This record gives sequence, C-alpha cells and structure tokens, in this order.
Amino acid sequence: MDEGRREAPPATPEVVVSPRLIMVRMKASSAEEVIRHLAARLEEEGFVRPSFVEAVLERERTNPTGLPLAGDLHVAIPHADVEHVIVPALAIATLERPVAFRNMANPEEIVWTSVVIVMALNEPHGQIEMLRRLAQLFQDPERVQRVYESSSPEELIERLGLP
Amino acid sequence: MTQPKRVLVACGTAIATSTVVAKAIEEGLAARGIPVVTRQCKAAEVPALAKDFDLVVTTTPVPQDLGIPVIQTLAFLTGIGKDQVLDQIADILRKR
Repeated sequence: MDEGRREAPPATPEVVVSPRLIMVRMKASSAEEVIRHLAARLEEEGFVRPSFVEAVLERERTNPTGLPLAGDLHVAIPHADVEHVIVPALAIATLERPVAFRNMANPEEIVWTSVVIVMALNEPHGQIEMLRRLAQLFQDPERVQRVYESSSPEELIERLGLP
Repeated sequence: MTQPKRVLVACGTAIATSTVVAKAIEEGLAARGIPVVTRQCKAAEVPALAKDFDLVVTTTPVPQDLGIPVIQTLAFLTGIGKDQVLDQIADILRKR
C-alpha cells in the first residue's frame, strides 16, 4: 500500500473562492435546486465540465453529503469525481430557508441545511489545507453562524477563513 | 519500533471527506502514541480492501461483516464526539 503518501508535502493547489461563485440568502426549495444553481455558476465560469452537475446529483443520491453540526445551522458539501472538474473551486450558497439534504452517515435521515458548499476538486486526496480549514469551520457553530449571516459574497469569503 | 497500525478510511468518493478524516486520525493517534498508516478509498471498495487493514473508519455506511472492526462517524467533520472516537480507535488498535 501507499505508505509514502503520508510523508508527501501538502499538495494544495489553489482552490478558487470567487465572489462570482457565491450566492447569499438564496431562495430555494430543494437541495437539487441549490446544487443546479451552484453547478451552473461553476460551469459558466469555466471551472467544471458540463457533466459535473449530473455527477454531483447522482453522487448525492447514492452518497449524500448533509452534515448535522453542533449548532442550529447545518451544512452540505456536494461534490463529484475529479474527472468532471477543470479548475478547483468552491461554489457556496446561504439559504433563506433550509432545504432537505440527506445525512452522510445515515441516508435515511434528513438534514435541514442552511449552507451549501459545492466542492469542485480535481485532485484525489489533495486540497488538504482547504479541507482542514473547512472542517475547522464546521466544528465552530459561532463561525458557521457568522458565515451564514454574511450579507455579501465578499463578506462571506472573508468569514470563511480559507487559505 | 512497532509496526504502524493500518486504517482504511472510506467515504463516498474518496476525494474530500476521507482526506480530512485520514489526516485527523493520523494526528489524533500520533498524539496518543499510536503510529498509523491510512489509506483512503470509496465506500464501495471497502469489502475488497478490508483484509489488509486493522480497522475501517468510514463516514458513510459500509457492510459490517468485514472481519475487522468498523467505526462509522462524522466526528472528524463536525467535531461532535471527536475525542471519544479517537479514544475508541486507539483502544481498538492497541488490542490488534
């Protein structure tokens, strides 16, 4: 097995987090609607291939990505295999009203999700630093709340605290 | 020097989630004095790979009849119960 990988330097190609990929206070009535909006934005901006959106929706059906967090606000991190991605980026929406994702750990269970982060990643096991920072964010309910309350894409990016 | 324990880390696509989990396990177990080697895989690949590992840690459901312990947890993403899960993993690996 690949024992050397553990010692490899952190391969962290830049992940684009652009105001053009962020929608604050989106009005949406389903997880699919949010995913379609964000994936379309990623596609328009040239970050993903046209196949990305269906790949994400399919993955969400088979392996959902809703994460119930410690606070009142929950998140989902839809994503797909690397072949659908051209340039790594995050597309993010905060939702006026939560939509129903299913729980990553238990697909039978609904997670009412207020923040959706569609992750377009192009390297398996890469982008580690960004992913760690996201996990740190998820583990801090007050920071999740501040991100959620952002009134502009620029403010949201600042509050994300990504590298 | 004891052999590092082998932990198979599974998630849906083996891209994002398992990367976070694998790192957290390596660090958390190092802090508990247990060297581990991790490998990431998709949940669907677990049955074929499990025999070479001491433990499976997964975020998403996998079969339970693998012949090795399985821990399913979101703790490394959500922070909820993280220290307890690391202690549980350490206990299992010490016995193997």
